[in-house]
Amino acid sequence: MNNTELLSFVVGLSLATPVLAGAAVGVGDLFPPLASAGLAGKAPPDTAGKVVLVDFWASWCAPCKASFPAYSRLNAEFAPRGLVIVAVSVDENPSAYEAFVRRFDPPFFVALDKGQNLVRAVQVPTMPTSYLIDRAGRVRYAHPGFRGAATEQALRKEIEALLSEKTP
Amino acid sequence: MRYPAKLLLFAALVAVGGAFSGCTTAQAVRVKPWERGLLADPTMDPNRDPLATAMLEHVYFSREAAEGGRGVGGAGCGCN
Repeated sequence: MNNTELLSFVVGLSLATPVLAGAAVGVGDLFPPLASAGLAGKAPPDTAGKVVLVDFWASWCAPCKASFPAYSRLNAEFAPRGLVIVAVSVDENPSAYEAFVRRFDPPFFVALDKGQNLVRAVQVPTMPTSYLIDRAGRVRYAHPGFRGAATEQALRKEIEALLSEKTP
Repeated sequence: MRYPAKLLLFAALVAVGGAFSGCTTAQAVRVKPWERGLLADPTMDPNRDPLATAMLEHVYFSREAAEGGRGVGGAGCGCN
């Protein structure tokens, strides 16, 4: 290896490091499988061939509190048609997670990402962030943050569109 | 084109050191959104007397006809 090649290698390595550090899951990407994500508590529901809404939340996040009643409404509206809502907590304190779940008593599946492995793999841009995943397991819509009725309305429209798509 | 060996060694050390120290991107040194549980705790809010602060803000507004610019609301969760 001559000097020029060595210099190219070093510069290339420094530029490639952010890529090696792990890219965020975005629209068009396959969502990491929930079954092998190591979520604490009950086993996640079967999501194969279903439209799935994955929400990352935390007990210390105020918009997350506002989002739960909206997800409950969406669950009541779309779960009979096959929508699965999975709310993943990134809380580091399990008792704070349990208190939040007791208080809101959500009608959809909630789980604790105890080691924060799933959220690290997904690299959410803000708290909360929700991902709408199509029947093929691909992220079709991402909602960084929760903005009340506007987000709920957008989700309703997108869920409707994904549910009307045929099974792959 | 040949470079002096010392320059190459220096460049290599800077590049490799920078790459692995987490200083190559602004994102790498930021607290991740899911790691802000402790920052979001109310005890992390430096404003220990919100009422007194509101009063001082009101005095400031009345005297200077200006307000704001003193930080953001809430604690450190950076939500939304």
